[in-house]
Amino acid sequence: MDTQTQPEADTETRTMTGAEIVITALKEQGVDVMFGYPGGAVLPIYDALFGEPSIKHVLVRHEQGAGHAAEGYARSTGKAGVALVTSGPGATNMVTPIADAMMDSIPMVVFTGQVPSHLIGTDAFQECDTVGITRCCAKHNYLVMDVNDLARTVHEAFLIATTGRPGPVVIDIPKDVQFATGRYIGKEGVHKRTYKPVTQPQPKAIREAVALMKKARRPVFYTGGGVINSGPEASTALRKLQAATGFPVTSTLMGLGAFPASHPDWLGMLGMHGSYEANNTMHDCDLLICIGARFDDRVTGRLDAFSPGSKKIHVDIDPSSINKVVRVDLPIIADCANTLNAMLDEWGTTAAPDLSDWKTQIEGWKARKCFDYAKSDTEIKPQYAVERLYELTKDRDTYISTEVGQHQMWAAQHYHFEEPNRWMTSGGLGTMGYGLPAAVGIQAAHPNALVIDIAGEASVQMVMQELSTAVQHRLPIKIFILNNEWMGMVRQWQELLHGERYSHSYSESLPDFVKLAEAYGGMGIYCDDPKELDAKILEMIAYDGPVVFDCRVTKAENCLPMIPSGAAHNEMILSEITGDEIDEAGRKLV
Amino acid sequence: MTDTVQSIPASAYDMSHVDEVEERRTLAVIVDNEPGVLGRVVGLFSARGYNIESLTVAEVDRRKHRSRITIVTNGSAHTLLQIEALLLRLVPVANVTDITKSKRGVERELALIKVAGTGDKRVEALRLSEIFRARVIDTTNESFIFELTGVSDKIDQFCALMKPLGLVEVSRTGVLSIKRGAQAG
Repeated sequence: MDTQTQPEADTETRTMTGAEIVITALKEQGVDVMFGYPGGAVLPIYDALFGEPSIKHVLVRHEQGAGHAAEGYARSTGKAGVALVTSGPGATNMVTPIADAMMDSIPMVVFTGQVPSHLIGTDAFQECDTVGITRCCAKHNYLVMDVNDLARTVHEAFLIATTGRPGPVVIDIPKDVQFATGRYIGKEGVHKRTYKPVTQPQPKAIREAVALMKKARRPVFYTGGGVINSGPEASTALRKLQAATGFPVTSTLMGLGAFPASHPDWLGMLGMHGSYEANNTMHDCDLLICIGARFDDRVTGRLDAFSPGSKKIHVDIDPSSINKVVRVDLPIIADCANTLNAMLDEWGTTAAPDLSDWKTQIEGWKARKCFDYAKSDTEIKPQYAVERLYELTKDRDTYISTEVGQHQMWAAQHYHFEEPNRWMTSGGLGTMGYGLPAAVGIQAAHPNALVIDIAGEASVQMVMQELSTAVQHRLPIKIFILNNEWMGMVRQWQELLHGERYSHSYSESLPDFVKLAEAYGGMGIYCDDPKELDAKILEMIAYDGPVVFDCRVTKAENCLPMIPSGAAHNEMILSEITGDEIDEAGRKLV
Repeated sequence: MTDTVQSIPASAYDMSHVDEVEERRTLAVIVDNEPGVLGRVVGLFSARGYNIESLTVAEVDRRKHRSRITIVTNGSAHTLLQIEALLLRLVPVANVTDITKSKRGVERELALIKVAGTGDKRVEALRLSEIFRARVIDTTNESFIFELTGVSDKIDQFCALMKPLGLVEVSRTGVLSIKRGAQAG
């Protein structure tokens, strides 16, 4: 084994094994935490990691957990998340997190082991075509066949994952390349000549945009995950531009936290389970300024009735997002922070326009209090549970992740965010099982913060085993399960669309979550009484270790308000579902 | 945008663009010649349901490892813009030129055509090949292999004429294209 230790100075010409190149490159990239699971085809890299003091390796229980943990780490820090898994099943288990990170534009670098290069194509033990499988769900991927390409490839992967529209990059390394000896090169000077994301907006487009903004009488900012991905300076610039213009702001699920929820001009989330005021504002506006969002079908509702009377400005770093679903009047291809700052400069000292008529109309929509629900003294309403969780944790250093389903939407509606990077959820792919491992990743990045996975009892069981990871690595995550014994969102759609025929959506034999937590070495808390809820939440927060909180909530509560499939923004269901909201065309939609 | 309102579908799930006029386009895609690059380009078309009529690829700059992929595709104006943007999103793609849109593109295709027959049919095949300026590159007592270059229509037409005369097999390169004038595409 090559044990030579080199002085810092000659990194440019160092010679080392492929495995050491990987670890050295990770250190140079500033990686402090990585998530992984060893196996035959990555043992040399694990050997190089043995005793490495500057990189903390979090051993997961299933490779999918490593991927989502890396996503949680990335989303909460703004840095690339790193995962390391073996060939074959290790790589295929990573496919879901890779696709998830692609849909939500999360920077992630995934290392997969591969069988030795001379065995590729022979159906060797634990062989799979990793680059073939991940080609269509990763931003880019590599199979490194020459150890002398390895260092450059790792640096290039970080560049591609973290710049432009961020995304996952996969590096597949055959085992013999990990053993082989080659040259290490530093990250300085590594670039990809065909990769040139545009980040600066065209001055002419900015002038046109601001001219439209100055003329608008019913404007709205529709912001998305791009504002978060652009870094904290984008959120700051958004706040400044809003202060200068006075425009109301709504956001997608992915963009929550970029604008403070306590601000009077905050409209709440928009879209299928968004607020009545946000959706009506979108429908009736005369200028829609989309910043770092992509007109997802969960946002637009019925397309031919989507914001029919507005001029549309679309700021996006990805040219293929422009005019993909909704045709816009003024596209701006650039980074969000750069664009917002340029708009702010162009706006200058112009006084905020008089929008009093528009704001009065918005106040009228807000007065409907669309998130209100029937309170109860006898059972815990899921909305109430999230509300209390918010009240008892909002003044702490709190990060929230979620699984996917009703609880996710209730969390988005009733938990409020003041800062970016505090809210981690699977938006585009909608991956049940995301939240628990994401919480592991967030806690690894922020050891002293309060990290809560707002979960459903169905989702959380998909990647439940990562509780063991949390216990091993002393990551005191809190798993707050809104347990209604149903796959709640499936049940809601069956009620709405399938004549209340609840086909396979009831969880017949749930585990005892308290005993389960204890079996793993964490603490379990059970609560079914609204009067005890506060005390038990405080008990959860106070416990120094992982907690599973089995919060028994109303079983058949529907997540409202809701834009039914095939309906427009101004056709929201506000209170009770009657069953005839959706027409024949709408039933066929997802 | 008011001028597109009538073509907007009710939902993203039924965006078919069937009512829009389909156009045929020839795209020159310059890529870094690295492993898997063709797979990425083809995968983009298959994953999003776009059509490929013809595709050719070869390295055109050995020193810089640059390859040129020529793709003939069709779709609505909106689809074609999406295809260009999505191609540029692929990391190894350096640039995409729409040769058709420029109206200054030259397109050629090469075909090898095997025709077997004797007597009058054989004579007629050879006579037609001269009209089309095809070259005979192999011959036996009962067959020819013709080499023919030209626009795709010309090759189609030649093959149609050869059919009754004993057309056996056709091999075509697919369309190659380049822009007129002194500048690179």
